[in-house]
Amino acid sequence: MQEFYNRSILTVLTFLPMVAALLILLMPRGAVIAIRGFALAAALVNLALSVPLFFLFRSAEAGMQFELQVPWVYLSGQPAITYHVGIDGISLFMVLLTTFLSAIAIAGSFGGIRTREREYYALMLFLEAGMAGVFVALDLVLFYTFWEAMLIPMYFIIGVWGGQRRIYAAVKFFLYTMIGSLLMLVAILVLVWLNYQHTGVRTFDILQLSAVPMTRAAQNLLFLAFGLAFAIKVPMFPFHTWLPDAHVEAPTAGSVILAGVLLKMGTYGFLRFCLPLFPEASAAFAPLLIALAIIGIIYGALVALVQPDMKKLVAYSSVSHLGVAVLGIFVFTLQGMMGGMVQMISHGLSTGALFLCVGMIYERRHTREISEFGGIWAVMPKYGALLIMVTLASIGLPFMSGFVGEWLVFLGSWLANPWYAVFAATGVILSACYMLWMIQRVLQGEITHEQNRGLKDLNLREMAVLVPLVAGTIWIGVYPKPVLDRIEPSLARIQEIVAPAQPFAEDPAGPMSFRGVRDEESPPARTSQTYERQVVVQPRDSSHRVRNDNPAAHRVRNDSPMSFRGVRDEESPPAQTSGAPNNAPQESGR
Amino acid sequence: MRAYLWLIPLLPLLGVLINAWFGHRLPRRVSGAVACLVVFGSFVLGVAALIRLIGMPPGQRIIYHKLFPWISTGGFESAVALMYDPLSAVMVCVVTGVGFLIHVYSLGYMAHDPRYPRFFAYMNLFTFAMLMLVLADNFLLMFVGWEGVGLCSYLLIGFWFERKSASDAGMKAFIVNRVGDFGFLLGMMFIFAVFGSLRFHDVFKQVAADPATLTLTVTGICLLLFVGATGKSAQIPLYVWLPDAMEGPTPVSALIHAATMVTAGVYMVARCWIMFLNAPLALTVVACIGALTALFAATIALVQNDIKRVLAYSTISQLGYMFMACGAGVFAAGVFHLMTHAFFKALLFLGAGSVMHAMSDDTDIRRMGGLMKWLPVTGVTFWVGTLAISGIPPFSGFFSKDEIIWSSLAGPMGSWVFWVFGVVTAALTAFYMARLTFKVFHGQPRMSGEQKHHLHESPPSMAWVLILLAVGASLAGFLNIPPAIAHLLHLPERWTAAFTNFLEPSVGTHEQAVYLLEASVGGSQIGFAKLAHGLQHNAALEFGLMGITLALAAGAILTGRWMYVSRPGTGTALARKLPFLFRTLQNKYYLDEFYKAVIVRPGMALGNALWRGFDVLVIEGIVNGIAIATAIISRLFRVFQTGYVRNYAAGILAGAILIIWVLMR
Repeated sequence: MQEFYNRSILTVLTFLPMVAALLILLMPRGAVIAIRGFALAAALVNLALSVPLFFLFRSAEAGMQFELQVPWVYLSGQPAITYHVGIDGISLFMVLLTTFLSAIAIAGSFGGIRTREREYYALMLFLEAGMAGVFVALDLVLFYTFWEAMLIPMYFIIGVWGGQRRIYAAVKFFLYTMIGSLLMLVAILVLVWLNYQHTGVRTFDILQLSAVPMTRAAQNLLFLAFGLAFAIKVPMFPFHTWLPDAHVEAPTAGSVILAGVLLKMGTYGFLRFCLPLFPEASAAFAPLLIALAIIGIIYGALVALVQPDMKKLVAYSSVSHLGVAVLGIFVFTLQGMMGGMVQMISHGLSTGALFLCVGMIYERRHTREISEFGGIWAVMPKYGALLIMVTLASIGLPFMSGFVGEWLVFLGSWLANPWYAVFAATGVILSACYMLWMIQRVLQGEITHEQNRGLKDLNLREMAVLVPLVAGTIWIGVYPKPVLDRIEPSLARIQEIVAPAQPFAEDPAGPMSFRGVRDEESPPARTSQTYERQVVVQPRDSSHRVRNDNPAAHRVRNDSPMSFRGVRDEESPPAQTSGAPNNAPQESGR
Repeated sequence: MRAYLWLIPLLPLLGVLINAWFGHRLPRRVSGAVACLVVFGSFVLGVAALIRLIGMPPGQRIIYHKLFPWISTGGFESAVALMYDPLSAVMVCVVTGVGFLIHVYSLGYMAHDPRYPRFFAYMNLFTFAMLMLVLADNFLLMFVGWEGVGLCSYLLIGFWFERKSASDAGMKAFIVNRVGDFGFLLGMMFIFAVFGSLRFHDVFKQVAADPATLTLTVTGICLLLFVGATGKSAQIPLYVWLPDAMEGPTPVSALIHAATMVTAGVYMVARCWIMFLNAPLALTVVACIGALTALFAATIALVQNDIKRVLAYSTISQLGYMFMACGAGVFAAGVFHLMTHAFFKALLFLGAGSVMHAMSDDTDIRRMGGLMKWLPVTGVTFWVGTLAISGIPPFSGFFSKDEIIWSSLAGPMGSWVFWVFGVVTAALTAFYMARLTFKVFHGQPRMSGEQKHHLHESPPSMAWVLILLAVGASLAGFLNIPPAIAHLLHLPERWTAAFTNFLEPSVGTHEQAVYLLEASVGGSQIGFAKLAHGLQHNAALEFGLMGITLALAAGAILTGRWMYVSRPGTGTALARKLPFLFRTLQNKYYLDEFYKAVIVRPGMALGNALWRGFDVLVIEGIVNGIAIATAIISRLFRVFQTGYVRNYAAGILAGAILIIWVLMR
């Protein structure tokens, strides 16, 4: 039974929504309740089927799990293109985010979508299938197919159920993304050709392509071709202008999926393709991407500050938050990359919830202008409480998921270069400014518009949509261990590929090496090659005390009045904590 | 022991959940009682743990309890782990003890508020966050409490969110605090980069083992951490949020903005004493900021007319005192003042709340006067608070403030400059408190007839809290009788400086401080770092200086009486004579206006410029420009696609001729 689950689950997760979508199209147009119920049921079944993934996933393993490979297209007798699916720690959470947010987005559409509901829910399920496919595909053709296929339902969702300028936004979204993906298609073909020249094997399999030797120029060009597609998707500054338009025009559920899952495909692509396939080029372009990420963090926040439209504000805040994720990925420290990954998950939950919140008052008032609101906390207390919690998750309050991601990214960037962290962390201040100012103008103050006086508070369905998202952010914020443990091996493997490829490798200590920390006579702290860029090295197996192996750090001065009293540490008996000599005499010296 | 340490923060969290979920369905009395009881439960547990701690040998007074791993990945480790040592114990007892009394006071004060359960949910959440802050055994968990109390402060300042001024003040508090948190965050990263851990134990041990080589890095770390402290504890330049925070309900001002949260910065500096002593430059910065803030805020308090704002500036000033003591290298004195201040400032704020209750929420002292007649309990307890904060013996403030002023001179990093700041501030403090008290409780009543009609003493639940706090404010000082006085009165050994002795395992002894400072590179070369060994036991000097301070304080109170009771109008006349000074003080040195002009407006303008200028014009211009260019080019080619066969035939003909011509050439 479990064997069957392991082999087939990813295929089921991808194609079950597609089948459900086709079935919905067969249902009578007028049976609205049945259509909604069926769509939600399909999404919930998919969610339920995906949950065991989390528990069955073997967190110690870095490689692919739940793999299935079936030959698909033969070229000169070899199976060049295969139906190959599988997930590692990175894609596991992207898949879970997809199934989770899809169910929530569908449940969140019941209030807002009133026309062509049959087609709408069919497209939503198609979209879910496409997104799941992108994250599980391990063959470049399969990946590219899903990557492109997923654009179609999104295009229609924006273009048909969107706002006033929906056609403009849909076309812009489509073209922008297409430009990136076409370059990526060329790059895929070149990559496969280079591999064929080298090995004589025609294959599109991602796992087999990861060690293709190529010239610096080829690597750079391929990196740029892949990178542009992903940078547009993230979106990184300055390719972000499609995002505010797409978000503002898309229906609520479209925005939730767009922000929650689609944008993550960019960061996922960086992690899955750019870093492991082109490590040297990644290292060469890392300063550029880091610079763009940091600009994005500050720029997105400053522009969000002055937005009069709530959705645009949240859209620009996404630019800022995903800048944090990209920064974490490209500093190439394990902490930073872990943080980037958590930030992606966290952003999916908190921004998804923010868009739902905006949608809920849009459905009541048919406007998103911040100035149209004010004081509605008094009439909608539940909404106010939830909006505030979602906001806090978004601005990275500790014990909520945003903090885990941001902290790890900032820490990882500090270890790479403290100035990265200094600039990036200003986002902490700016995010509080734009979010709280919005809260003030929407929730607080006197009620300024008479129409707002009669607003109804959230109903049970709306609570049921929002509460799981908030619960998710709190869970990851308070006890992130299960998540971190599952991601870490996969990211560590990528990090081990990219980190030695540092252009900065000439000077392992780096300009800000805190050399003063070490004693001249002491041996340098333990370094491993993969951590070259980190200034002070944190061996992964160490417990709390990293510098224990550095005897000079614990040099004892028996004559000193400094008897450090913390030795009675219950988790670690004194004898094991540090060199024996500095315990007993000090304690008695008191 | 460990078994119930975790219950201390958990109980208030339980209260939050109950009041947030069922609060509106519970009867008010139950909802309030739950909130008070959970805090009281924490208090009992805290005291029990404290007794347990005292029973241990002094060197081993520390209890660790690791609950569960938190963010642990990629070589970074942090856990949700608690630590109970003398410093935590003092903080826990203050937070839950004073906190409990303020909760009880709120039962009466908030009785008529429609959002009663929400208020108590926030208050309990605050208690939880504050307890996490003081119980954390590592920097990152401390930061959870650090941001958590900031959040509760935001929610409670803006509790009456219908008022624009309240929501403005809440937002300002949160954002200014975030500026400080930015520094704290960077400080934590720096710590991890250098020491490979964020546990207090690991970090301090490494610093203590090797102070000489670490000075430069630790100075950087301490300065960054201190940025956080200036935000949370409202010091120059980030103090601007605290006066505005008075928009919140008065019990909130008493609990958060006087007794507990704002002292978090002092707690943090004291907690990191080893690091600060290893960074003499940072310590000097702490002392200077503290001394400047103490004086600066006291001058502003002289001319404010809002009863709560006077107290707010007074809080800023007293916090400056605490930092000055820490900066002089005597952390125990700072923490001792923190504790006594919690009693008398909570008392003063709750007294102010009682006055406001009677005055129909009017806070302007120009419309008060002679209230002693109607509010005897409030008046007498308020006087206790005034005398305590002015440093009149035997009230608690005398002991703690005297200790600070003495330390600022005699501490290992002390200097006569700090002493002068301390004494002048003490005189100003006595004066503005006398002005406040005389104007409110004595002299001619100046309120409207309507207000006069409604004047009443507060209900017993509030009055009793005032009395209990007054007892605390009177007696807390005897916990720490200075050696000079104890010697004079022939008190037994264990009465002498009991509090300091209890605290020393957590915040270091004089000898340890001197040792660390001497070991730190350049410690003796930096400005004020005159190590004062000889001053320690000079009783004559100590009594002489004490006398100066006392005489100034008493003189200031009498001057206050003369100016505001005997000759009311002197103050106004003086203000008219010095209009510039008066206006500058009344406008708080225009610092708010400065920030608005230099940071807020340019920030908004930059945002607008980037959006409308760069995003819309430049980027969108390029994107749409490409689209338009494509459209124009395709329009050009469309000319050829007419759909008429004759045109295509002509085209084929022209092409054929062209090819033939090319071939024939």
